[in-house]
Amino acid sequence: MAEVLVLVDHADGEVKKVTLELLTAARRVGEPSAVVVGEATGDITAKLGEYGAEKVYTAPAELNDYVVAPKAELLATLAADKSAVAVLVSATAENKEIAGRTAVKLGSGVLTDVVDLTADLVAEHSIFGGGVVAHARVTTGVPVVAVRPNAIPAEAAQGAAVQEAVTVELSEGAKAARITDRVKESKGSRPELAEAAIVVSGGRGVGSDDFSVVEGLADSLGAAVGASRAAVDSGWYPNAFQVGQTGKTVAPNLYIALGISGAIQHRAGMQTSKTIVAVNKDPEAPLLEIADFAVVGDLHKVTPQLTEEINKRK
Amino acid sequence: MNIVVLVKQVPDTATERKLNPADSTVDRASSDGVINELCEYAIEEALLLKEKHGGEVTILSAGPDQATDSIRKALSMGADKAVHLNDEALHGSDSLQTAYALAKALGTIEFDLVILGSESTDARTGVVAAALAEYLGLPQLTLANKVDIDGSSVRVQRQTDDGYDVVEATLPAVVSVVEKINEPRYPSFKLIMAAKKKPVTKLGAADAAIDTALVGVANATTAVVDFAEAPPRAAGTVVKDEGNGGVQIADFLAAKKFV
Ligand SMILES: Cc1cc2nc3c(=O)[nH]c(=O)nc-3n(C[C@H](O)[C@H](O)[C@H](O)COP(=O)(O)OP(=O)(O)OC[C@H]3O[C@@H](n4cnc5c(N)ncnc54)[C@H](O)[C@@H]3O)c2cc1C
Ligand SMILES: Nc1ncnc2c1ncn2[C@@H]1O[C@H](COP(=O)(O)O)[C@@H](O)[C@H]1O
Repeated sequence: MAEVLVLVDHADGEVKKVTLELLTAARRVGEPSAVVVGEATGDITAKLGEYGAEKVYTAPAELNDYVVAPKAELLATLAADKSAVAVLVSATAENKEIAGRTAVKLGSGVLTDVVDLTADLVAEHSIFGGGVVAHARVTTGVPVVAVRPNAIPAEAAQGAAVQEAVTVELSEGAKAARITDRVKESKGSRPELAEAAIVVSGGRGVGSDDFSVVEGLADSLGAAVGASRAAVDSGWYPNAFQVGQTGKTVAPNLYIALGISGAIQHRAGMQTSKTIVAVNKDPEAPLLEIADFAVVGDLHKVTPQLTEEINKRK
Repeated sequence: MNIVVLVKQVPDTATERKLNPADSTVDRASSDGVINELCEYAIEEALLLKEKHGGEVTILSAGPDQATDSIRKALSMGADKAVHLNDEALHGSDSLQTAYALAKALGTIEFDLVILGSESTDARTGVVAAALAEYLGLPQLTLANKVDIDGSSVRVQRQTDDGYDVVEATLPAVVSVVEKINEPRYPSFKLIMAAKKKPVTKLGAADAAIDTALVGVANATTAVVDFAEAPPRAAGTVVKDEGNGGVQIADFLAAKKFV
């Protein structure tokens, strides 16, 4: 069976959930080959095997020292050498860029923000903020597909996970944009926003940089915390937590919006959440139109009561 | 410092957006065209850099006749001149084809820096800037929330999943911006009037040496198989808080097995 390359997302020695989802999708198409940039620890390799990776290609961590181009060179080279039938990446901002450059190198096409994939590589998209469902395919060359986190449920299936180190001779061009420093904004111990099953977000309605009302509810549910752009721009919550068109796209099982009006740019990043709950004092707020359950009221009264109630029922 | 800003006209997100049943391209007739929001941030950043380092700001837009509205708007913010790539052969090009066509059009312009929006509101692919850098063989400094130029080098803060990376390269380079970077200005009356006289160069595919066998919906690298309106979300329950709103949400969550 033909190989399907899956670019692995990992941090601190752990494989991200979305990679397991990609491996699951890859098995529909062919034999998954995981591509790890940086050290593939025993734990990483084992996990990739549990979700069906037959091969695990490892490339030097040096590729991470430059923006995007080296990983595209790696994927394009591997795709050609191994006659891969498709390349899958997660639909993060950076990986979509990698996907675009890989497709240019392969002379093929790229599909981004895919929510489902068939065995013959027809991809489902949810476009215009969830208003239209479209199916598309790549018409030429090896398809490069960026799949949204939380869209395809991960299912375990044992693969051989045979490791193979790959060396890439980076072109000078690939080293043109050097990363000279990395700055991380604190995250704490909550689940990661893009991958979380439950997300609790706060907006301008929270009213100050005291986000404890949002965080308290999130912790009672084991949820990630998100924020609207208004809250981020006000300096109440770090940028990395923005949900929306220019922030992260999330599609959790449950999305709770506290004091968020639901501007189109916010909805673009959360509209495909399976269940939506909103608390807003304005009955006309657009978010209420797409909420499965909404309370019109003051979030500073409703939320603490909700948090207490959840903690009581646990 | 000569800067080219890539500007795209998109259907207004505030109106209902549709796809053409005939060829599954974005139906630009059914909703008002506006300048892609993130492109305004790109223009603003170019103007700020020009104010600091001098030079000229050129707008480059690929699109049908209507795109002239967005080009005029860009000029009225303060850009100096524009190039409008407009050719029937380009209709329905996908994002990689667009990047190719833009790369070719950039071959007709002298520049030190190209600035794009990181994403458009209609396509939302977020691949054009990266693909453009690939086609041009120039350094890619994308998703920038801060840009600094020092002589012949450029340094940006690149927004990442959990913070930002500092990225450095030498000019010429491709930069894409996120909306954190600045606050776009409103055109003044004086600039709006002045914009009417600013030069807009029309460019056809042949003028930019674009191979028409590589662009347009017929040669697209991706094809829409089918599309349909998503079933509307079932109407939800809205209750007014009478002092037990929190308990009511908890009941709802319990019924849905979240607690
Ligand atoms: C290019 C561009 C990109 C953008 N990208 C994003 C993006 O990625 N993500 C994003 O979120 N936005 C984005 N926006 C901004 C978006 O248009 C809105 O401005 C933003 O989402 C508003 O945030 P908000 O809902 O928190 O604030 P507001 O719109 O001010 O809404 C606050 C809400 O809180 C309610 N409220 C106030 N007090 C209380 C209270 N005590 N109890 C209960 N409810 C209360 C109010 O009724 C109101 O509905 C973008 C805009 C542009 C132009
Ligand atoms: N037709 C076009 N003409 C000029 N610039 C474009 C065009 N299409 C895309 N761009 C640029 O590419 C950016 C990202 O678009 P996209 O990748 O399509 O989401 C936009 O913000 C524009 O700066």
